[in-house]
Amino acid sequence: MSSPIRLAITHVTTYSYDQPVHYALQQLRLVPRSGHGQTVLDWSSTITGGTKQASFSDQFVNHTELVKVDAGATRIEIRSEGTVEVEDNHGIIGTHKGFAPLWLFENPTPTTSPGPAIRALARQLRAEQDGADTLAQLHALSAMILSQVSYETGRTNSDTTAESALTAGHGVCQDHAHIMIAAARLLGHPARYVSGYLMMNDRVDQDASHAWCEVWTEALGWVGFDVSNGISPDARYVRVATGRDYRDAAPIMGIRQGPGDEHLQVSLQVQQ
Amino acid sequence: MADTGSTFDEMLARSDQPRPPYESYFQWFANEDLKDLRRKSREAEAFFRRIGITFNVYGQDEADERLIPFDIVPRIISAREWATLERGIEQRVRAINAFLHDIYHRQEILRAGRIPKEIISKNTAFLPEMIGVNPPGGVYTHIVGTDLVRTGENEFFVLEDNARTPSGVSYMLENRETMLQMFPELFSQLKVRPVSAYPQLLRRSLADCAPEGLTDRPTVAVLTPGIHNSAYFEHAFLADQMGAELVESHDLVVENGRVAMRTTQGYHPIDVLYRRVDDDYLDPLTFNPDSLLGVPGIMDVYRAGNITIANAPGTGIADDKALYSYMPDIVEFYTGERAILQNVPTWRCSEADSLAYVLDHLSDLVVKEVHGSGGYGMLVGPAASKKEIAAFEKKLRARPSNYIAQPTLALSTVPILSKAGLAPRHVDLRPFVLVSPNKVEITPGGLTRVALKKGSLVVNSSQGGGTKDTWVLGD
Repeated sequence: MSSPIRLAITHVTTYSYDQPVHYALQQLRLVPRSGHGQTVLDWSSTITGGTKQASFSDQFVNHTELVKVDAGATRIEIRSEGTVEVEDNHGIIGTHKGFAPLWLFENPTPTTSPGPAIRALARQLRAEQDGADTLAQLHALSAMILSQVSYETGRTNSDTTAESALTAGHGVCQDHAHIMIAAARLLGHPARYVSGYLMMNDRVDQDASHAWCEVWTEALGWVGFDVSNGISPDARYVRVATGRDYRDAAPIMGIRQGPGDEHLQVSLQVQQ
Repeated sequence: MADTGSTFDEMLARSDQPRPPYESYFQWFANEDLKDLRRKSREAEAFFRRIGITFNVYGQDEADERLIPFDIVPRIISAREWATLERGIEQRVRAINAFLHDIYHRQEILRAGRIPKEIISKNTAFLPEMIGVNPPGGVYTHIVGTDLVRTGENEFFVLEDNARTPSGVSYMLENRETMLQMFPELFSQLKVRPVSAYPQLLRRSLADCAPEGLTDRPTVAVLTPGIHNSAYFEHAFLADQMGAELVESHDLVVENGRVAMRTTQGYHPIDVLYRRVDDDYLDPLTFNPDSLLGVPGIMDVYRAGNITIANAPGTGIADDKALYSYMPDIVEFYTGERAILQNVPTWRCSEADSLAYVLDHLSDLVVKEVHGSGGYGMLVGPAASKKEIAAFEKKLRARPSNYIAQPTLALSTVPILSKAGLAPRHVDLRPFVLVSPNKVEITPGGLTRVALKKGSLVVNSSQGGGTKDTWVLGD
């Protein structure tokens, strides 16, 4: 096994509002935990323009925080930064932990419920990979999804379902993960969504936080698949939150009362 | 609907001689003038109208407000009968709380194979957001309304557990208030145990479930969906009687890590929220994002341990009708004792053999939707026409796992005051149970619902049922 690498991450999310905020809350899942081959050496989150209200560990043991935007604010900055040491485990996460039962990851969610396209994908996989072992099948599934759904930003959003992204034939990492989750569940494997960070080798400034999926296999437990990059996660991947789909693991979920538009700006640096 | 078999009348079971708990009342009644009683009955109705206890009927085109009819003949339960019911209800409620803790933590009961996994995993009442959550004081069901029916001298059955938001307690209180005004002499003759302390007990029980270490004197509030809800009267009534604030979603905010209500003096934090809003609407940030009835962020404050929500979210899994048939096993699994109160035999239509039996016997059975309540969407076989049965059969075949079936029980009767004098009508009973970290308290009495139509077995107020005062006698 190669020696672990140390990743320094700085993730700054800024919401600017056209009009002073009357009342708004943000639910954050932005703090990575140690375990499964990653060790959080230091981590801090700082809020400017808002106040932390609650923090707890959710049903998937994600560290979750509730932040209230200060009344009258026109801008809130959520700064999440730290250092994480990661081993390359070839995507193998292993045993299932926590109270959330495995069967929870077998059930479809509104975003991942299969339609004709997902069913056809699962049929195609069964036909082409008949007799192959589970792991080989899942790698083949990942490759099939990437070949059928090209990586294109700006054409899908956080509400896009797995079925519609597959039908459209384009999407981002979130859509790739949702499609793989939907198909894996249809094939009888528990599957979950992972949101986190990826250090792309050629750059320090990353476009956005990353998402991939993990599928449960009898032989190895949870195994990660990054469909968008056609690999299983290695030492450049930091897991932050997991869940049944994006909605469970979203880095930030917000609710706001009052008029006006908001503008989102994200800056993310991941470097060794 | 025709009665099946012999019916147990709680006043006159054997002959014209009343059963012991009814002896004094029967004698008193024999000396009363029917005309006077009918006048008092009309007065009682006027009284209810004046104080405004009405009930919105779902399933009608216009949800008009209607008075639930009140019958002035009390239902009387002896001290000995009550003692058994009390023990049985307490056992069942403790088992339900242990079950809820287990199902949201280690799920030992599934590992042990005592109930099938699918009953939980395919159930929309199971709330993943409650996994690993420890409600303050370990209490899940702060208020339970156990529906009981009787078929004989010693035959009581639990019909439903109502572990999410049992309603009707305001009727129990107002019915007693009315009876005390109408018939003070009866209460001086008979030792009827009082129910009037319920609001104070409710307040104390809820306060005892407040998160630890926040305040010495917990603030309790009642969250109502608003005036258009069918039980709004009860929400307002209970808040008033408890001395608690009645709040709606727009009154509440997250402030300083707590859920707080707006007051003229600023924000005041709430320790215990007795919510009469369903799980799905409770928090748009965590559950249904379109809900306007809930409090965004309350689930976060709750999971951080800084508010008590009564009843806890996700308790609906315990009163699901598919799970109901496993209640005797659940009681045994968590208490190590046999269930004191019987379950009604139940066919699970999800099972092929049961479904076949049910389809063959639709005209004899009561078929209910697994998630239904209020008597909506059910088939009462013996009362249904051939056409109704055929239509229901279609629905049942399409989604068998959505239904359970039970025999039509020969529910006991208690007389009502009819034009011709006393006339037997079928009844059920909903006692109200309060659970706090240290105790389970059952108010002696409850809501007796009565099917006012001769021979009818459907007691739901939404289906033409009425209510009676319920007297539990002291020793």
